[in-house]
Amino acid sequence: MPAQSIWTLLSWGPDGWSDDIAYGVIVTVLLALATLPIGLAIGFFIALGKQSEEPSLRLAANIYTTVFRGLPELVTLFLFFFGMPILLQHLIRYFRPEATIDVNSFVAGMIVLSLIFSSYASEVFLSAFRAIPKGQYEGGYSIGLSKWQTMRLVILPQLLRIAFPGLENCWLSLLKDTSLVSVVGLAETLRNAGVAARVTKHSFLFYSIAALVFLGLAVVSSFATSAILRSLGKREAQR
Amino acid sequence: MSATAAMVERPPPRTRGWPRPRIVGYALVCLWIAFGLGIVSYLFFAWNPAFFAKYAPAYLRGLGVTLSLVAISMVLGAVLSMPVAYGRMSRNRILSGLAYCYVYFFRGTPLLVQTFLVYYGLGSFRPELQMIGLWDFFKDAFNCGVFAFALNTAAYQAEILRGAIESVPRGQWEGAASLGLHKLQTLRKIVLPQALIVALRPYGNELILMVKASAIVAIITVYDLMGNAKLAFANSFDIQAYIWVALVYLVMVELLRHAIEWIERRITIHLKR
Repeated sequence: MPAQSIWTLLSWGPDGWSDDIAYGVIVTVLLALATLPIGLAIGFFIALGKQSEEPSLRLAANIYTTVFRGLPELVTLFLFFFGMPILLQHLIRYFRPEATIDVNSFVAGMIVLSLIFSSYASEVFLSAFRAIPKGQYEGGYSIGLSKWQTMRLVILPQLLRIAFPGLENCWLSLLKDTSLVSVVGLAETLRNAGVAARVTKHSFLFYSIAALVFLGLAVVSSFATSAILRSLGKREAQR
Repeated sequence: MSATAAMVERPPPRTRGWPRPRIVGYALVCLWIAFGLGIVSYLFFAWNPAFFAKYAPAYLRGLGVTLSLVAISMVLGAVLSMPVAYGRMSRNRILSGLAYCYVYFFRGTPLLVQTFLVYYGLGSFRPELQMIGLWDFFKDAFNCGVFAFALNTAAYQAEILRGAIESVPRGQWEGAASLGLHKLQTLRKIVLPQALIVALRPYGNELILMVKASAIVAIITVYDLMGNAKLAFANSFDIQAYIWVALVYLVMVELLRHAIEWIERRITIHLKR
């Protein structure tokens, strides 16, 4: 094929595929951003459970990370995507026999990715918790802060700073894991690139574009994280 | 006043009764037990000898495919990682730049994209590949999987190797040089034995990641463990296809994890005080 047609394929609009891929990029970023706060919150509480004095709480948290770090991401996704509707259907049949349930692939992806992300993030949080000396807690209690206030005002600011590099790695692997959700039919970057590849028969071109998109997202997030780190460092210096 | 001071000095009393963490903990453990029992009872009641007879051999074959895929690509990746690690540590700008780009690309893009790029993307170059006789290799999905996985793990292993070698203090190199050992001897006899202790755990993690990531090749029509599960689910619409495969992966990963921990404990026994 002449080189001209490749530029047509990459144009914006009905003939080109750039708009489809750009739409996919938005879905990818939205999925990752939607997963992040849920995963961080769950991961934080799992880490709290893991360093608790209560053995049963530690056990429950350890089972959680063992399961979700041990299962391949794809298996978790398929189990959830195909298993959840069956389970919900059984439950709902008791109330409304004729109801059917479809799991939205975005929501399924979000839930599965936050399970995986949180189990990795909990390890990062846990090691950050261990890096904070006990005196910090004791100091907080001694000036009359409650347990929750000590956590929020004394521990958490230090914790975030220590955990940040580890969390950055978790974020990068989350960004990469979003591509797996394309397998259950979410129209994100990889899936749209795949559709373009199949229609135009330029598979190498479009899959390279998908790869470059993910690379670009990684570069952008490394810029963003270094900016955040710098501002954290500045605040540290001001004290 | 003195009473409170005395109370502060005493070690905290063991919590008795039912404080909130204990209630939450017991509730969560009960939830997990209920979940586990639910799965076990589901597998028990949905026990289908026909399903088992039909797919269990396929799963075993798939397990073999998964293990051989992981083993081959780990070994190829280890071989390939050496020049990449050398490039990363080299003072030559061009060499280290190239190695950096290689590592950045393979660590910055999803493995799924890389696998697609090899399996579907190289199809665009079919005439060229046929001309140099490589098409027969890339025609097979398994080979494509091994190719993509080896390239991917080489990037990660190169970083592991580099980190481990750089963790050995410079004085070790200088000491060996002062004894008259040349560079290769130093590397083999002095640096690598120390570096590999550091590298063992990351290598183990990489192995576990590869076992987990190998499920991806099911999407490019390789009938590994996950591929057979997909097939079984497509034929039977029975969710136990995925539950079984999840259990197999979980057992595999846990076995690997404990084996690595055991090895680490064995080889660092001289460092314990």
